[in-house]
Amino acid sequence: MPGIITMDDLTNEEIISILDDAEKLLPVARGELYLPLLQGRILGNLFFEPSTRTRMSFETAMKRLGGDVVNLGDVKSSSVVKGETLFDTIQMVDGYTDIIAMRHPRQGAAQYASDSASVPILNGGDGAGHHPTQTMLDLFTIRRAHGTLEGLNVVLAGDLRFGRTVHSLSHALVRFGCNVTFASPDSLRMPEEIVNDLRLHGAEVVETTELLDQIPSADVIYMTRIQKERFPDEDEYNRVAGAYKLHARDLDGAKSEMIIMHPLPRVEEIHPSVDSTRHACYFEQAFNGVVARMALMCWLLEVKIPEDVNEAGVPL
Amino acid sequence: MSQEANMRRVTAIRNGTVIDHIPSGKALSVLKMLGIGGNMFNPVSLVMNVPSKKMGGKDIIKVEDRELTQNELDRLALVAPDASVAIIRAYSVAEKLEINLTDEVINVARCTFSNCITTNHREPLPHRLMVTNRDPLELRCRYCGKTQDIEGLVDNLL
Repeated sequence: MPGIITMDDLTNEEIISILDDAEKLLPVARGELYLPLLQGRILGNLFFEPSTRTRMSFETAMKRLGGDVVNLGDVKSSSVVKGETLFDTIQMVDGYTDIIAMRHPRQGAAQYASDSASVPILNGGDGAGHHPTQTMLDLFTIRRAHGTLEGLNVVLAGDLRFGRTVHSLSHALVRFGCNVTFASPDSLRMPEEIVNDLRLHGAEVVETTELLDQIPSADVIYMTRIQKERFPDEDEYNRVAGAYKLHARDLDGAKSEMIIMHPLPRVEEIHPSVDSTRHACYFEQAFNGVVARMALMCWLLEVKIPEDVNEAGVPL
Repeated sequence: MSQEANMRRVTAIRNGTVIDHIPSGKALSVLKMLGIGGNMFNPVSLVMNVPSKKMGGKDIIKVEDRELTQNELDRLALVAPDASVAIIRAYSVAEKLEINLTDEVINVARCTFSNCITTNHREPLPHRLMVTNRDPLELRCRYCGKTQDIEGLVDNLL
């Protein structure tokens, strides 16, 4: 059954069409309109490792559309701890649900589940692999802010080595002709195979260790969390990570429409002073996770979004 | 040096398999891939780094009293996709076998990436490696998408 395991599962036209659907569903996601397009459908939420935003936004998305959700629950008290294979878990949940969202610590788990299942699988993150639903909500956020995905200057900053979010996103941005700049400490640079792959696709990629220099030309700054455990000691972490923090005073030279994004949770990389600036977009981005996932589930379950949702839905 | 002289470095075999045109230095990997080692009693002759018009240099293996199976040919394709294989019966070439590197190599080797879902030996789905480039050979795991370490695959055979 086709699912969405990587962004390669979607053409550019399909991405645009799903983002258009998401746009239409905004009043439903905000709780202003009741539109039970997925009534009678059940989502299986299989999170084999901790997740807050992804799991909750999948659940919210399904419930806003009138569907229901069953959860794997805590892995420690599930059959997984008894040694059940992923194949067997999927066989079981496949029988209970109409669509599955999953996150798993092992890379390739989502494709493996998709090959085992008859219902569509939405990959909510597999090890350091892919996280396409995050990429879709990121693209949705960027398009809403700038009205287009094409030709933007996007700076991805922080931990670019281990962050699966920035790997998937940079591939997608390049497909839409964005210019990407990678700002990171040397030890956390974007993996070479990804940079080479992007250049092979004709992208102009700039790599730098200086984030603040990039602010004036950026349309989007996508921040990520640098984890302390990536460094040998706290002093080294403080020395390196300090250069990848944004404060409101750093944004004086920024374009007025520039947005700052972050997949969250943030720790210290975006100072709370940024929250009240026009550039802060990360909480809206987190909200957009709901609407993007609503559109993705409808698309996979072949449920068409009405042209006029206001007419089709009931105001709340 | 002529082709004939190369072949005469070791004596002709009566029955068995001759694997020719193995890339220079890869014969030991081929033996490992085919599971040919000290645990079998068939005589095995091995010639390495002999001159070759086509390849510059090549290795040759002769295994007596054993004919390679299709599954073994599939394994061979991973280290020596351009090798030629001849089945010898009564000192003559009875059959020439084709090595076909298919677009997907199924259940020949497991993914070499340590965090791939397939490292759980109890997972029942087949091990699937996709051929993403033929020259030089590049394989990617269908599941985790990692490019495979071709040398490492020799240690990950099923």
